Formats: sequence, C-alpha cells, structure tokens
Amino acid sequence: MTNHWVDIKNADLVVIMGGNAAEAHPCGFKWVVEAKKGRKARLIVVDPRFTRSASVSDFYAPIRPGSDIAFLGGVINYLLTNDKIHHDYVKNYTNATFLIDEGFKFDDGFFSGYNAEKRSYDKATWQYQKDKDGYAMVDETLQSPHCVFQLMKKHYSRYSPELVSKVTGTPKEDFLKICGMIAETSVPGKTMTILYALGWTEHTVGSQNIRTMAMIQLLLGNMGRAGGGVNALRGHSNVQGITDMCLYSEVLPGYLSAPTDGDKTFDEYLAKRTPKALRPNQMNFPQNFPKWITSLCKAWYGSAATKENGFCYDWLPKKDAAYDAMAIFERMHQGKMQGFVCQGFNPLASMANKRKIGDALAKLKYLVIIDPLSTETSEFWKNYGEFNQTDPAQIQTEVFRLPCTLVAEDSGSYTNSGRVAQWHWKAADGPGDSKGDAEIMAALFLRLKEMYAKDGGKFPDAILNLAWPHRIPAKPAPEELLMEISGKALADVYDPKDKTKVIAKAGEQLAGFAQLRDDGSTSCGNWIYGGCWSQAGNLTARRDAADPSGLGQTLNWGFAWPANRRILYNRAGADPSGKPWDAKRAGIRWTGTAWAGNDVPDMRPDAAPEEKVMPFIMTPEGVARLFAPLMAEGPFPEHYEPYETPLDNNPFHPKNPKATSNPTARVFKGDMDSFGTAKDFPYVATTYRLVEHFHFWTKHAHINAVLQPEHFVEIGEELAKEKGIQAGDKVKVRSNRGYIKAVAVVTKRIRTLDVDGKKVHTVGLPLNSGFTGVTKPGFITNTLTPFVGDPNCQTPEYKAFLVNIEKV
Amino acid sequence: MQVTRRQFFKICSAGLGGSSIAMLGYSPTAALAEVREFKLARATETRNMCPYCSVSCGVLAYSIGDKSKNAKAKIIHIEGDPDNPVNRGTLCPKGAGLLDMINSPNRLKFPEVREAGSNEWKRISWDEAITRITKHMKADRDANFVEKNAEGTTVNRWNTFGFLASSASSNEPGYLTVKTLRALGVVALDTQARI
Amino acid sequence: MALQSLDIKQRSATTTPAPSVRKTVEVAKLIDVSTCIGCKACQAACMEWNDIRDEVGRNYGVYDNPMDLTDKSWTVMRYAEVEEKGRLEWLIRKDGCMHCLEPGCLKACPAPGAIVQYANGIVDFHEEHCIGCGYCITGCPFNIPRISKEDGKAYKCSLCSDRVAVGQAPACAKACPTGAIQFGTKEDMQDYAAKRIGDLKERGFDKAGLYDPAGVGGTHVMYVLHHADRPQLYSGLPADPGISPLVSLWKGFAKPLASLALGAVALGSLFHYVMKGPNEVSKETEKEVEKEGSQ
Repeated sequence: MTNHWVDIKNADLVVIMGGNAAEAHPCGFKWVVEAKKGRKARLIVVDPRFTRSASVSDFYAPIRPGSDIAFLGGVINYLLTNDKIHHDYVKNYTNATFLIDEGFKFDDGFFSGYNAEKRSYDKATWQYQKDKDGYAMVDETLQSPHCVFQLMKKHYSRYSPELVSKVTGTPKEDFLKICGMIAETSVPGKTMTILYALGWTEHTVGSQNIRTMAMIQLLLGNMGRAGGGVNALRGHSNVQGITDMCLYSEVLPGYLSAPTDGDKTFDEYLAKRTPKALRPNQMNFPQNFPKWITSLCKAWYGSAATKENGFCYDWLPKKDAAYDAMAIFERMHQGKMQGFVCQGFNPLASMANKRKIGDALAKLKYLVIIDPLSTETSEFWKNYGEFNQTDPAQIQTEVFRLPCTLVAEDSGSYTNSGRVAQWHWKAADGPGDSKGDAEIMAALFLRLKEMYAKDGGKFPDAILNLAWPHRIPAKPAPEELLMEISGKALADVYDPKDKTKVIAKAGEQLAGFAQLRDDGSTSCGNWIYGGCWSQAGNLTARRDAADPSGLGQTLNWGFAWPANRRILYNRAGADPSGKPWDAKRAGIRWTGTAWAGNDVPDMRPDAAPEEKVMPFIMTPEGVARLFAPLMAEGPFPEHYEPYETPLDNNPFHPKNPKATSNPTARVFKGDMDSFGTAKDFPYVATTYRLVEHFHFWTKHAHINAVLQPEHFVEIGEELAKEKGIQAGDKVKVRSNRGYIKAVAVVTKRIRTLDVDGKKVHTVGLPLNSGFTGVTKPGFITNTLTPFVGDPNCQTPEYKAFLVNIEKV
Repeated sequence: MQVTRRQFFKICSAGLGGSSIAMLGYSPTAALAEVREFKLARATETRNMCPYCSVSCGVLAYSIGDKSKNAKAKIIHIEGDPDNPVNRGTLCPKGAGLLDMINSPNRLKFPEVREAGSNEWKRISWDEAITRITKHMKADRDANFVEKNAEGTTVNRWNTFGFLASSASSNEPGYLTVKTLRALGVVALDTQARI
Repeated sequence: MALQSLDIKQRSATTTPAPSVRKTVEVAKLIDVSTCIGCKACQAACMEWNDIRDEVGRNYGVYDNPMDLTDKSWTVMRYAEVEEKGRLEWLIRKDGCMHCLEPGCLKACPAPGAIVQYANGIVDFHEEHCIGCGYCITGCPFNIPRISKEDGKAYKCSLCSDRVAVGQAPACAKACPTGAIQFGTKEDMQDYAAKRIGDLKERGFDKAGLYDPAGVGGTHVMYVLHHADRPQLYSGLPADPGISPLVSLWKGFAKPLASLALGAVALGSLFHYVMKGPNEVSKETEKEVEKEGSQ
C-alpha cells in the first residue's frame, strides 16, 4: 500500500476492483465502512461476482474476468476526453510533459521493437529524448505529438465506452456511471482510493492491470495524499515483511537488485544500479545504492568484507536465469533439481496446475517441509483417491517434515500491508517438539558449517565466514536479528556537512538509512528498515496510538518503513509551492524553512519549493511515470485476452491473431499444449478465497470448518438452468489440466454477460479446499489452473481460464 | 387469539409439569441466577498478531497460568487488541477462530520422515532429521555448485536446490533465512508473495 | 438473592418479586444490516468465547452455514438475494436471540429460574435449572432457543452476560470487523441507529429504519434495516412479532386454573418427571402444540 489501512477512512470515493476486501481483509475493510459513515464516501465495486464487498457498496458493476485493462483504459479515455484531470498535478508531478523517442510506435497490438523469437521487446524506442547534458527533454505545453500526454491520449482514444462494454461485458451505462463518479475526484479537494489484490495480479497482464489504475490515480492527482494512493491489499500477515526481506531470487534485502552473470565485478554491478538523475535538481534516491549494498555485505560477511575485496561481492550468488516459483517448478519438472525446502508454503495446493507440481516433486531426491500443519505438499506422495491419485511405491523422494511454531508461539516483528512493522510477544510454547523458524534455519546452517569446517567442500568461504553475532548461536534471538536488520555503526560515522561532527559512535545503532556509508563503516541488513531499532530501542514495539492529526497516522505506533513514513510520496500531497492540496487532510507542508506536518516528509527536509525537487524521489526523473518503459509488454498498458479466452480474438485487434494475448507472457514450452479452447471448455473460470477461510490453513481449524465445511463452486442461475444443475448438486468442473468435484452454489450474484456478441458464463471456484484438514476432504482447485504467468513478476494466471461443468 | 379446546387442555396439562413441581417444593435447587464466571479473570494476557492476512491485526492471547515456574502456559482464548490502530479490537472469522488453529489436531509435533517409496511417516529425532537433511544438502551442493560460468566469471551459485519461503514467519527468521541461503549460494529462492 | 453479578428483573416460574430499588443501565446490541458483510466473525467469536463447537456439516448449495441455529450455534448469518429496483441486493442478517423486553420464552418457561431477565435487559438461560420441556421455543416469537441432544437442555445467545457483567461487550460485537454490530446502552444504540438511518436515506433507502418491535415490548438486540417496511426480506424476520397466543393464554388464566383444577394431572406429571425425566414427553407435546398453533 502506498497509504495504509486506517487512511482509507479519509477517502471520498473507494474503488474495489481486482480484489474483495470485505472477504479477504475484513478488519481492513472496516476503514471503508468508516469512510462511508464518517465522510459520506461512496463505494464502487467492479468484480465478476457480486461479492460481500459489493453487498455494502453504493454501486456494483460486473466485469468479465481478465478484461480490467479494457475497463480502466476506458476510464483514462473518459477522463482525458472530458478533461477531468488534475492539471497542475499531472503537469508537475508526472512525466506527461516528457518527450519520447520519435521512433516509438504502437501498431495493431504491438509496440515498436518486438522480437517474436524471444517473445520480448527491444526498448530502444521507448526512451526519453535527451539533451546534451543527458537530461530528459520536456514540452511544458503538452502539445508535442511525442510528449507522453499526447501519446497517452492517442493510445487510449480507442477505448470507447462501446468497445469497453463489448470487451468487458459491463453494461455501458454502468461503466459511464462509474467513470462519472471517478471523475468527480479530479478536483484537488477530493480523493479516491483504490483497493486491489490478487484479482489484478493473477493475470498474464497482472502488473499492467495495476499500472493502468496507477495512471488513473496520477491523472486525478490522488497519489501521496490522505485518502488516495494505489493500495495493494497483500496476502499473508507478514507477506510485506518477507517481500521486504527479499526472499526471492531477483533481489537482496531492501529490493537491491541481485547480481547476475553479466555483473562481473563489484564496480560494474554498482555502475549498472546507480542511476544518474534524468532531470536537474532531482533527489534520484537510488544513487545511494552503493551505501545500501555495502552495508548489507558488512552485515553478512562482517570483517571478511573489505574495500579491497569488493566487500565480498564475489560471495553473493549470481543468477544466470529466472528462478521464480514457476521457473523453479519447471526446472524441477525437467529433473534439474535435487533438493527442495517448503517453509510455510504449500505449493501442491497453491501453484497452478497441480498435476505438474506433483510430478515435479516426485523427481526430487529430498524434500523438506517446515510447517506447523500437515500440508498437502508434505503428503504429495500419498494416495488420497480421486483427490490425489499416486502410487507411493513409485515415488522415490525422501520427505522430511519439521514442525515449526505459529506466530503466537514466537516473538518478533510483522509488517502489515500498510508497511507498519509491529512487534509481537510469545504467549506460549508450540506443541510437542516444534521449534521456531529461526532456530530451524540455524540448526541446518550451523550443521552445514560444521561439516564444511571439518570435511571441506565446494566454496566454503561464505559459509564459514558468515557473520553470526548471536549470544546463543543455535537460537538467534529476534531482538538481535532486528538490530542487525536496522543497522549499526562499525566505526564512528561523521556528518557529511561537518566532517568533525560524529553522528553515530562506533557500536551504536543507526538512526536511519541516511547514516549508511559505502566505505564499510556501517552495517545494515535491510536499508529500508534502517532505524527501526535505533539508539532509542525497538521502535516496532511502540504502542502509543495517539493520533493528533485525526488522519489515523499514529506515528508512534510501531515503525513504518521507510523512515516511519506513513504515506508514500507525501510531497505530492502539496502543490508545487508547498501548500497542501486540501487543508483538511494535510500531510506535509513547506513551513518556509522546512517540510513538516502530519507525516515524515518524503522529501529532503530543507528542499525549498523553488528548487523544484519533485516528489517521486525514487525515480531518476523525480516525477511519476504515466509512460513506463520498464514494463515488459509496453510502456502503456494494452488490453490482451487471457491465455484461455472465450473469444475468437482480441476485440481491440480483431485482425491480428498474434495480439490476442500478452505477446510477452511467461509460457514454458510444454505448457502451451496444456491450454484448452472455448470449443471444449466454454465457460470462464476464476478462483478466489472465501471469507471463512485463510488459504489452506483454516481448514485445519474446527471453528472455520464449521463456518464453511465443504468445497463448492458458484454458478449463475442462467448457466445452472442450461445445465440442469440445482443448488446443492454435486458437479464436476474440468479444464484441460484435470477436474474437480464440488457442491454447486447457484446464485444471482454471478451474471451471464454479453461479450462481443456472445453470452459468457462465469464459474466461480473457491480455492480453500484440500485433502488434509478437518473440513470435508476435497479436491485442490489449482488442479484446474494454467501454468502461464505475467512477464514482469511471473505470477500465474489463476483468475481467468476456461472450464466446462456438468452435474455428476 | 384462536385456541382450540384441545390446545387449551394441552397448555394446561403440559405446562403444569414444571409449575406444579415448583409448587410442590421439588424445585431442583434454590434458584439462584448467577451468570457464568468471566473466564479470563487472572489469565495471562500477551500481545500478539494474527498470522493470517496482511491487515496483521493485533490480538490478545490469554493463557492459563501466571508465568510462574510450575504453571505451563496454554492459550485458552484469543481476542482482538483494542489498542491496535488498525483492527481496534475487531477480528474476522479467521482471526476469531485462531484458537482452533493453535489447537488444530493437524499440528505437527515431531520431526518425521517418509522414506523413498514408503507409504507412511516415521517419527525421528531433531538430530536425525538435521543430520540426514544436511547430508543430502552437502552432497548435492558439493556435486552441483557452480563456481565459475562458461565465461570464467565467478558466480558461486547452487541451483539444484530450491527454497520456497514462508510469508507468515516474522521478519527476523525471514532475514536469517535469506542470509543463510545466499551464503550457501542459493538462487532458486522464492516466496509466497509471488503467487 | 445476592449471589448474582447482575441485578435480576424477573425469573421464570417464580413469584417472588425481584428487588427493584437499584437502577442499572439498560444495554443493547445494534445490528446495522447495511454495513454487515456476512463474514461470520460473530459466529466464530461466539463459538470461541462460549466454548461451544458445532459439528462440521456440509454445504447445501448456499453460503449459510450452519444452516440453522443449534444448541452450539447461538447465532447464524442468513443470506438473501433480493432484486430491488432492478438491482441486486444481498441482504445478510445475523440471527439470534433478540433479548425481548417481554420475553416469550421466560413467560412460557415452567422451570423456576431457568430463564432470567436481568435489569440491564439480557435474557439468560440457566441450563442447570432447565428441564428441557421446550416451552421457551414455543414462547419465542423469533424461533431462537434450541434443545441440546446431548443434555436435553435449552440453549441460546446469552448476550455474553459473563462479559457484560464485568463491563465488556459481547464477543460478537467486539469482533465484528466492520462495526455492523455495536454494543452500548439502549439509548446510545437508538441514537446511533438514527444516524445510520439518516445516512441510508441520503443514499436512497427511503424506507430505512430501526427494528425494535413493540409487540415484544422492544428488544435489546435491534436491527438497522434498509427496508424497514419489509423486514420479511431479511430471511423472514417477522414484521410484527408478538408472544404466541398460547403463551399469553397460559400466563393469563390457564396457569392458575390448571394449578387449582388439575392437581391430579400435576401429580401425574411429577411422577413422570421423577421416573423418566421430562424430555421426551415435553418434546412431543411441544411439537403438537406448535403444529396446532400453526393451523
């Protein structure tokens, strides 16, 4: 979330699309209700299903799964055509004025530079025009045909309400009503917030779904403002924290891009990741990359990391290919993996195409499960009849299962979706011989270290020298770890403006990332958490809920990264002169000498407005991007059909079959054959969670099993009638990858839509079922889903694919 | 009001059972009316977090015992933390049922192994589990570790071993996990956050 | 009479007057249906707090689960898909004891002290005194109490009298994520309801209103409804609930008449009670009375 949970109450309009906050995040959704109660906010829900969120909305509109960009592109077109944008904001705080290379083109579904063989783009023409100093050129009049504003206007002029309705199935008048409601928030005195979740991410165009809304929020001037923002409602309780710690292949803690084979030396690596400002006077905050990575290396390799050896840069593993979950399972399926650990992760149930996952796991030599519960993955080898047909004797994988504790049985910090890290205290021991995650990782690592010390082996250096400053080595304490994450001075740290002034003495905890250095004098495990445990102590454990501004910022409750900032880009909440756009919901303001107010300024504190330091400090241009060349499939989001579509073509490009679906999506060779067509599988399916259950966990909890005891699928009344299915009947749902059986719920809440002249029925597939648990044993819904993903973040397309359904 | 004759008789005779029992002094006990005792009176309260979604609601975990040496703490009730600015004491059906997750009959209590080709779990000690797993890991790593790529660049990676990390563990074990895995050279690393 | 932690207003089948000098606040739970998302947190919190666990059932083709109130499910959500002015509305109502000012259950109950009404408005069942006759069910205009198959006693929502007695809100109200369930003094709840109704009217629900039915003297569980003119839309919430004529009759004149004239029957009943326990006969009687009552 760019903003945070409580801030939702400050909105005038709440849009829930690509998510279902009432069911997935009920306690966060309360702030939507508070906005309605407290400031008469309106709630719009756009979803294939009339959800529980829709049940308390002011306006609901249905949409076909996988057509969100068509809808949102239509909104952009409406805003531009009707001139309902926040002009000062767009002109000053976005790249609307920037000039793009004259070679940039969009032609019948493809941007310039496509390489069909590589299924990717050469982005040479997607760049800014630059002047002799290397700065991007702009046209303040917004009239040049090559400026982002005009290119955007042209791109979305095709998204007429008629075509939007034809593609999305949303009735035109519903679409226009929503456009009108959204447009009202383009005035400076009104804000809109958008709450989305996996309903946007889990598509082959997932990242672009979100970008389209980000563009809308920029056009409306809603970023960086109370009651505004683009708010991803994330999954697990600490998914934000674990993402920040970067337990994934592309990055190191704090989102530091991980080294690849191309980054031969430390200097080369730094040079590629330390950008130069693209406009004069900009903060260009990523220029501090060397300080962050050096401090990380010091935290990991301690005194072994020296300036001379590039702070042990060579010890960091370099990536030669993609190693995201989809790629890992593809490699495993090809027999390229020996061992695998699932720590609190149940991929047999949660990855797409269960059969492929089960086959892949069976090719491993050893599998280790670290979990509090008996997961399906831990028993992938076991024959559960129709739910999991296997022959255990044929599966040679050795499987270990290690019991770990649950949160109430451990101390530590969790970071919520609003980036607020909060400390929790252990209440009791876990059952039996269960151990905490840190103790288990320590046990595995320390044993390996012992073996390498004794017997030697391949490259033992990083293992033997890994800093391990724990008083009880086998039990690294959460307090010690958080202090390491936060950062400390290894030598005296001096004020850069006054080289005689010590700002942190050797051995002291640092106050924040501004004190990090690239000379090895500081250590910090994760720069964005810098200062969360300062000399003042553990700031994540703060429990002062005082809220003097009334905006819900609670600056002394826990610690929000970065720098305890509650609303990101809050400089954009004030006009160029430093005056808040809306005095009643003021974030920060220019006092004449400094930035101050109800939040920690997202700006150099003494940057006077005349200096024109722009609010989006993490981009080298200082402004937000309406045009974003980093995206794999194009700098402007374009509608592409899901990989399994009920339509014959992409109605935006009916004559170009190559532009039907995202031309850059992640598809592995063998998986192309696993896709089905509308001829055999005529209905659109979408998967989702139920409010009564949390993923595959709560089916193990009695209370939740009572509330929703058995797997079901939802269909509309029209499809039910056509198929002779009544509520309560057992039905079989098939995709080209397998089948599941479940009870049918027949409902008015799923409508049959008119799409491109066809009737499109949607089949709703809750996914909380499985064959272990205290609920009725059931099928795994991901038996049905396709193994194809978004090209930017490799998230599989769980939300739109094709099935058939019949009564059993 | 429509009451048939038969109903009238029924009302009289059936209802009389209890009433006449009392009248005749057969009331089971003196009819005191005490509400159920408040069960948390001296239970220990610990501030914690809900492990489910990313609202990360504050919870109060109540356990029996006062943390004295001989009293084994057992969580008997969980409710929302009213101080937490986000959930303000509320919980959803998942959080409100958290006690049953902690007490789930499917909680794992001991390390186990399922041997190759076997159809059952076998309980093992932690020491045996760690010994066997690390033996596999070292053999795998020593056989498949890549120190330099074809071009001769130092890459120090081990890509025949993969790790999917939890999104429900705290920041601290998460950090320790990435730190130890990267030291081993692991690149095939991902988290629940992706999907 | 001093052993209770809440002052008593009246007790079933007891003629001793309750002390009435002390005045305590009257409490109420307000269920704002217009902000209820039907998440069932109230059901979960109720089970968890009250140490009851219903059976794991099955799905019957709807979201409701458990399908009805039971001795172990003291509250359930009821879901209704309704089309109004051409647009779908999903009306979700939390069902459970209404804690009537004039409780039909208490009036019907023949077991002394099995049903108690506290001065704060809570109507509580004391199962240790319950004889399992089931008259409370007959007496209830909302069809709430349920007899347990395990111990033959009647159970229902206690409004968490144990929590309220120590100054806490009921478990469901505390848990409710959207604040659709509010708890406080009855007066505060009425004031809050008025605000909510104002908001709903401004959003086009011109028939929004408070459900606090006069037929039972008002209730200590009230609803804010978007369509207060048609409570039946909400899974059959009665439009004008009142105490069953059978119970009124019983309380009015049948009870003394029966006491005097049907002594022999009483003795017979007593023998039956001593020898067999009350359950089976009462159950049958209750069913018959119910059947005839509905004719």
